Amino acid sequence: MKITEKLLVINKLGLHLRAAAELVKVANKFKSQTTIHHGIQNVNAKSLMGLMTLAAAKGTELEFECDGPDAKEAITALKQLFEHRFGEKE
Amino acid sequence: MSEKIFHGVPASGGIAIGPAYLYHSQGLTVSRRKLKPEEVELELKRFQEALAKTRSQIKGLEEKAKEKLGEEHASIFSAHQVLLEDPLFTEDVARIVSSDHINAEFVLHEALEKFKTVMASLNDEYFRERGGDIRDVGNRVLRNLMGKGDKEELKKLDKEIILVANDLIPSDMVNLPTETIKAFCTDVGGKTSHVAIVSRSMGLPAVVGMQKATMDIHDGDLLIVDGNKGLVLVNPRPHIIEQYRHLKEEYVAFQKSLEAFKNLPAVTPDGRRVTLAANIETPLELDDMARHGAEGIGLYRTEFLYMNREENPSEEEQFQAYKELAVKTGDHPAIIRTLDLGGDKFLSHLNDSEEKNPFLGLRAIRLCLKRPDIFKIQLRAILRAAAYGPIKIMFPMISSLSEVLESKVLLQECAEELKHEGQVFRSGIEVGVMIEIPSAAIIADILIQEVDFFSIGTNDLIQYSMAADRGNESVAYLYDPLNPAILRLIHMTVEAAHKAGKWVGMCGEVAGDPQFIPLLLGIGLDELSASVSVISEIKKIIRMMPYEKAKEIALAATRVKTSDEVFEIIRDNVPAELKAILF
Repeated sequence: MKITEKLLVINKLGLHLRAAAELVKVANKFKSQTTIHHGIQNVNAKSLMGLMTLAAAKGTELEFECDGPDAKEAITALKQLFEHRFGEKE
Repeated sequence: MSEKIFHGVPASGGIAIGPAYLYHSQGLTVSRRKLKPEEVELELKRFQEALAKTRSQIKGLEEKAKEKLGEEHASIFSAHQVLLEDPLFTEDVARIVSSDHINAEFVLHEALEKFKTVMASLNDEYFRERGGDIRDVGNRVLRNLMGKGDKEELKKLDKEIILVANDLIPSDMVNLPTETIKAFCTDVGGKTSHVAIVSRSMGLPAVVGMQKATMDIHDGDLLIVDGNKGLVLVNPRPHIIEQYRHLKEEYVAFQKSLEAFKNLPAVTPDGRRVTLAANIETPLELDDMARHGAEGIGLYRTEFLYMNREENPSEEEQFQAYKELAVKTGDHPAIIRTLDLGGDKFLSHLNDSEEKNPFLGLRAIRLCLKRPDIFKIQLRAILRAAAYGPIKIMFPMISSLSEVLESKVLLQECAEELKHEGQVFRSGIEVGVMIEIPSAAIIADILIQEVDFFSIGTNDLIQYSMAADRGNESVAYLYDPLNPAILRLIHMTVEAAHKAGKWVGMCGEVAGDPQFIPLLLGIGLDELSASVSVISEIKKIIRMMPYEKAKEIALAATRVKTSDEVFEIIRDNVPAELKAILF
């Protein structure tokens, strides 16, 4: 199964190192491959180094593509992570 | 020994003078080697071992950082642990080693170089800086692969030095002998780089982003690091050293002298007393307030309660926050500014229509009056909390009398409802308005009839008067607090309040700028509210500035035509000992 969803970075600091590390941890919980499309870039959501090259500040919209048996669960978990600002206060 | 001056980014304030100590992150020369098919398995094993070793090293660094720099600075290493689990390390390198039969060092080095180029090309400073984190982890794996030990450990230096490096990455900072380091200079980095953050928390001066400067600095060169201005002087002439020694002493003495002012009142030598209060953005700052000697809160922003959430904060949640404020400020007054959202501040759930020109749109009191259902919840919470301490209320973005009257009617309604419900609250709370729109300053004499005090918000007052956004580089020069037009609006506001026997304060950034204080005193402001960190300094200035002289400055400033002339009047008329500090 392949699911695509756009997620908005709403935390103040953007997808900075620690937030991106949280994203990797969540993506790693699932078997599905998750690719993030942003402009001409495509990066593996399980790669912290790839995520850093996105330089996604607050307000950036990223397109997530989950492909695999648990794609639906993966996308739900990722969505939650973004909505909760990666566990950050602001 | 030739004299040189380098400019960089001032990353941490202070001045240091001392010999340079060059710290080289050991260069690694990586060569390419073709593997025989039977060697591949061993190569993969070797790589796995290097990863395992790196893992345990980073863990060790995390522990060390926790001990030396605190929990917050240590968390960088937990991110490094995630970096190490990156597919680049766990999959890609092994895959290429197996398929191409090339040694792991070379494959890894190639991949890291590629990342380095991508990271260096990013526009955002924060992310560009993170290239340092990736290098840190990657080089560590490389060193382990090549059987090189941990990086050059800084020897326990027996003399004080200034550390000069191309870059200082987190693992460097943990291993530094902090007792003997007086300052940092690095080629790379900006205000948010790791070295900047750590040096600020250690209270050491730092200049970063010096480009290739460190190539021109040698071990033992005498350096002056001016972290206030972002300057590094190499082998300066003796009279310059003398000057800087003097400056350094003054700076240290000044910082120290500020502590003495903490418990003293803000009063001029000839007895004019003003209230020096703090601007508070989040409740976390409340604890700092007393430490810096603020007498209450001149601006308590409430936006933090509303930001980044789907639903509005309940009356109870707001009541608890305001009550904490009342309790923590004790007998000192605290002025709560009602919701000031819209414009620059993003509020997902209240903003239902896109505005073409948000700064001239539905923001602050305009939004609140349009949504009394939301506004009244805040007003009720404030009235209830005011039973616990001398809380005052202030409405932002007032542009006309009707907005003041409407707001007061809503406040009255809330009071009556609370009374009817038998709730505890303060009746007769003091009500003020912010003067931050030119129209409000012009009709200050009308508005003051309806309120107990004014507080001048200079940031918006200047922006709206000059029709210039200071964030826009092309027009930022117009954003000028000393422009005679701005000074006239401030004068009008102060005069109107005093004529009515009421007080007037200022809570914009201008009130926190040391150079403007003599003029503001002279204009007759009764209260100045600034961010917590500058309060001691402002207090020191007030205690050195005779009110009579300040009044002369303010009067002379009304008679000139340009802001340059106003600036000269201030500079040339403050007492000599104050001039030495301010100009």
